[in-house]
Amino acid sequence: MTTTPIRGLGHPVKRKEDPRFIRGKGTYVDDVKLPGMLYLDIVRSPYAHARIKRIDTSKALAMPGVVDVITGAELEKAGLAWMPTLMSDRQMVLPTERVVYYAQEVAAVVATDRYTAADAVLAVEVEYEPLTPVLDPFKALEPGAPLVRPDREQKTNHIWHWEAGDKEKTDRIFQEAEVVVSQDLYIPRIHVCSIETCGCVVNYDRAIDKLTIWMTSQAPHAHRTVFSLVSGIPEHKIRIISPDIGGGFGGKVPVYPGYVIATYAALKLGKPIKWIEDRSENLQADSFARDYHIHAELAATRDGKIRAMRVHTVADHGAFDAAANPSKFPAGLFSVCTGSYDMEAAHVAVDGVYTNKPPGGVAYRCSFRVTEAVHTIERMVDVLADELGMDPAEIRFKNFIRPEQFPYKSPTGWEYDSGNYPATLQKALDAIGYQELRREQAERRARGELMGIGISTFTEIVGAGPSHTFDILGIKMFDSAEIRVHPTGSAIVRIGVQTQGQGHETTFAQIVAEELGLPVENILVEHGDTDTAPYGLGTYASRSTPVAGAATAVAARKIREKARLIAAHLLEVSPDDLEWRDYAFRVKGSPDRFKTMQEIAFAAYTNFPLGLEGGLEAVCYYDPPNMTFPFGAYVCVVDIDRGTGQVKVREFLAVDDCGTIINPMIVEGQIHGGLTMGLAPALFEEIVYDDNGTMLTGTFMDYLLPTAVETPHWKTDKTVTPSPHHPLGAKGVGESPTIGAPPAIVNAVVDALSHLGVRHIDIPITPAKLYQLLVEKGVAE
Amino acid sequence: MERVPIQLTVNGQSYQVEVEPRMLLVHCIRDVLNLTGTHIGCDTTSCGACTVLWNGRPVKSCTVFAVQADGGEILTVEGLERDGQLHPVQEGFWEEHGLQCGFCTPGMMMTAVALLQENADPSEEEIRKAISGNLCRCTGYVNIVKAIQYAARKMRETVPAAVGIAGGE
Repeated sequence: MTTTPIRGLGHPVKRKEDPRFIRGKGTYVDDVKLPGMLYLDIVRSPYAHARIKRIDTSKALAMPGVVDVITGAELEKAGLAWMPTLMSDRQMVLPTERVVYYAQEVAAVVATDRYTAADAVLAVEVEYEPLTPVLDPFKALEPGAPLVRPDREQKTNHIWHWEAGDKEKTDRIFQEAEVVVSQDLYIPRIHVCSIETCGCVVNYDRAIDKLTIWMTSQAPHAHRTVFSLVSGIPEHKIRIISPDIGGGFGGKVPVYPGYVIATYAALKLGKPIKWIEDRSENLQADSFARDYHIHAELAATRDGKIRAMRVHTVADHGAFDAAANPSKFPAGLFSVCTGSYDMEAAHVAVDGVYTNKPPGGVAYRCSFRVTEAVHTIERMVDVLADELGMDPAEIRFKNFIRPEQFPYKSPTGWEYDSGNYPATLQKALDAIGYQELRREQAERRARGELMGIGISTFTEIVGAGPSHTFDILGIKMFDSAEIRVHPTGSAIVRIGVQTQGQGHETTFAQIVAEELGLPVENILVEHGDTDTAPYGLGTYASRSTPVAGAATAVAARKIREKARLIAAHLLEVSPDDLEWRDYAFRVKGSPDRFKTMQEIAFAAYTNFPLGLEGGLEAVCYYDPPNMTFPFGAYVCVVDIDRGTGQVKVREFLAVDDCGTIINPMIVEGQIHGGLTMGLAPALFEEIVYDDNGTMLTGTFMDYLLPTAVETPHWKTDKTVTPSPHHPLGAKGVGESPTIGAPPAIVNAVVDALSHLGVRHIDIPITPAKLYQLLVEKGVAE
Repeated sequence: MERVPIQLTVNGQSYQVEVEPRMLLVHCIRDVLNLTGTHIGCDTTSCGACTVLWNGRPVKSCTVFAVQADGGEILTVEGLERDGQLHPVQEGFWEEHGLQCGFCTPGMMMTAVALLQENADPSEEEIRKAISGNLCRCTGYVNIVKAIQYAARKMRETVPAAVGIAGGE
C-alpha cells in the first residue's frame, strides 16, 4: 500500500507545470522551429476604411530571401478570402476590394527569415482610395451612414437586436414606481494583451498527408473543426497542438486571418511556415472587448427596495461580428445584469452595430458580457443609494436574494444554483472595518481630503454550458476527460480544455487523486493536442472547472465503479459489501479488509474477474445541467490626490465564493490576477481612435498595463457555498475578480466625491479625467 | 545583408556566431543560439519578457543589438540552475506560486536576480519598483513579490558564493 499522501481536493499542491517554466524550458509556439521553416509577415492597412485600387508585389518579390507574396485575389481563387466567425458572421482573411478597419490584414509575405519578411512588408505597394469611416455606433445607425459591410444582403450597419425579460411587466412597474434612477454608462474598448502574442507554426507533411498546426489556441478542437470546414481537409488529417500558451484571457479563442494565411502558405509552398505577431499588430487588430454604451434604469420604493431594472445597450462590434458567444446569445450572458438582487421584473435589450474598427466584444477575461452586466447593476445600486441617501452596504443587504431563495429564478430567466450573499458581504465588511472606515472618511472629508469606500457584491455566471441552450457554431458546449490507470497505479488524464496559466496540470490531477485515492504526483495531465485529447470546447469563460472538472470527476467515478468489481473479486466478497472510504474499497463492518486503487489497478491487468474487460479506464463527455453562479463581496478604499487626480487604491479586500476549492493556492493566484485585470480597465486601459479611425493606443507606450507599482497588495478571503449540481461542488473562479473589481473601484472613487454631487464616472478613471472633474467641482489643488 | 562575426559568452559557454548588424540580441539568443527561455512580449521595450543579464546588469535584450554585446557575458534563465540545484529565485517562484502562464517568468526572474545582487534585503516597495519594467498579466504581482522575498531570505541564509551569478566560470 502506498504511503505517499494523496493530496486531493483542498491542498495547496505546488504546480506540476512550473519546473519547466522556471527553467525556461516551456514550449511556446514561437519556440517551435522546424527544418526549412519560412517566416510569414503581414502588410496592414493604414486606413480604417478604404478601397484598394492596386497591390503591387513586384518589388517585394524581387528581394533576396522573399519566397512569396499572398494577396486577397489569390485567396479568393482558393475560396479562402473570407472565413466564418464564431458568431456565424463572416470575416475577411485578406481583402479583395476594401479594408474596413485600421491595421486590417491586406497582404502577406513569406521569406527565409523574420527580418527579410519585415523588410518585404514595407516593399509591398498598396494604393488606397480612402473612404469615410464610421466609428460611432450611434452615427452608424443613422440613415445615410457609410456602410461598413456592403457585402451583406441587409444594407444597414445594424447587426441584430436581442432582448430578455418581461418588457410589459417591467414598464408597468416603472410607471408606478416611487423612485426611478437612470444613468448612462460607457464601458470602453479594451484589449487582453496576454504577454505572449498570437501566432502559429504550420507544417504540411506530404508523405503522410497531414497538416499540423502549433497554434496559440484556447480551443484547439473547435479550431480543428473550423479549419476542416473552411479548407475541406478531412478533420483526421488536421492536428492542432496548443502547446504552452503565454496567457489567453479569451484573446486566443477566435481564429485570426494570420492562422489561415499561414496554413494556406504551408500547403501552397510545401514548407513549414511560422507566423508570430508583433505586439503592435496584436494590440491593433486582435480581439477587443467591451465597447458597450449602456442606458440603465432602476425602479424602487422610497425605502430602497429595488422593484425592476430596465437596460438598453448599443454594442459596438466593429466590422465583423467575431465575438465568441454561444449561438443563442449574441449579447453573451448580459441578461444576468439583475445581479445579486431580488426584484420583480427586468427587461434588457441590446443592439449590435458594425463600425470601422476591428472585431469588438470578443474577450477580456470574460467573453460573455458578464463584466458589463455586473458593472451596470453594481453601479446602479450605488446610484440608487445616492438618490435615497442610503449607505451602499445597507441597500445591498436590503435587496440581496436571501439564502433560502436558492435555487433562485432570476427575472431574465436564469436559475442561480446557490449563494449566501449577506454572509459574504458581512465577512468583507467586518474584515476591513467598514464602520471605522466610514468614520475616518467623515474626518478626512471635514479636512478637505478625498477618501472613498466602494463595494461590489457581484454574481458571476460560468460553466457554459448545458447543451439544450449552449453551442458554438452548433457544437454543444460539453467538455470531456479521459482517464487511464496504469498497472502500477499511476494514471494519465487527458482533458478537452487547455491551460493558459490556470494550472490544469495540477488541479485536474488533484481531482483524480481525490476520486481514485492515487497520489497526485502519480497523475499526468495532458491537453492541447487534438490527436490525443478528447474533444472539448476549450478554456475560456471560466468553464474548465465547472465543465471539464466535472467530466474528470465523473470519469474517475466510472473507474471507481469498475474498481469496485475488481476489489470484490480480490477480497472475495460481493461488490455490495464494499464501501469507498479513506481512499480504499473496504468491507462494510471490517474496514481493515480493504484494497487500494494501486492494488486494484495491478489486478485490472493481472487478475480481474472472468467476464470483466481488462484495463482500467473511462471517458466522460459532461453535459452540465445548469450554469454555476460564483459570487463575492469586494471592498475597495481609495485616496484621491487633489493635485494630480490620481487614484490610489489604499486597500482592496476580495471575499470570493467559488464553491468547493480544489487548490487554494491556485485559486488565490487566479483572484490576484483577475483583480489586476479589473483594476486595469477601471483606472488605466482604453483603446482610443482618432476621427479617421487610426488607433492612438497601439503599443505598450500608450496602452497602459498596470505594473507592480500601480497594483495594490490584494487581500483575499473566502466563503464556501458549493454548487448543488456540480459533482465536486466547484463553480470556477478565473473571471470573478475581473468582473467584480471595476465597480468596486469606481464606486470608491464616486463615493469619495459624492458630497460634491458626483454620481457616476465612466472608466477608465485616469488622472487627467479625474483632475478635470476636480477642477469643475472646485476642489483641485 | 552583410554579417558580422561576434563572440558571446552565454551561461558560461562561449559562442562564435555571425549575425546581421541589425539583429537584436534577443533574436540572436533565441533563433541563433536556440535558447528559447528568453521571451518576446512587445516591441517597445515595455514588457521586460526578454530581460537577460549583460555583464551582470539586467537589460531588455530586444533593445540591444547582438553586435553591441560582442565580447560580453550574458546570463539567461537557462543559466540560473547550477549542478542540478535551482537558483533561490527559481525556487521562490515555484514555492510562492509566482507564475501562471510562465511567459513573463524568465525575464521577471532575471530582474529579481539582479535586484538581489544589489540589495540582499529589499522591502516590498523596493521589489515592486525593481520589477516595474516587467509586465505580468496573470499573477497580479503579489506572489511575485513573495517569491522574491523568499529568494532573498534563502540567499541571506546561504553562503553568498553558492548563488553567484557570474556568466562564465
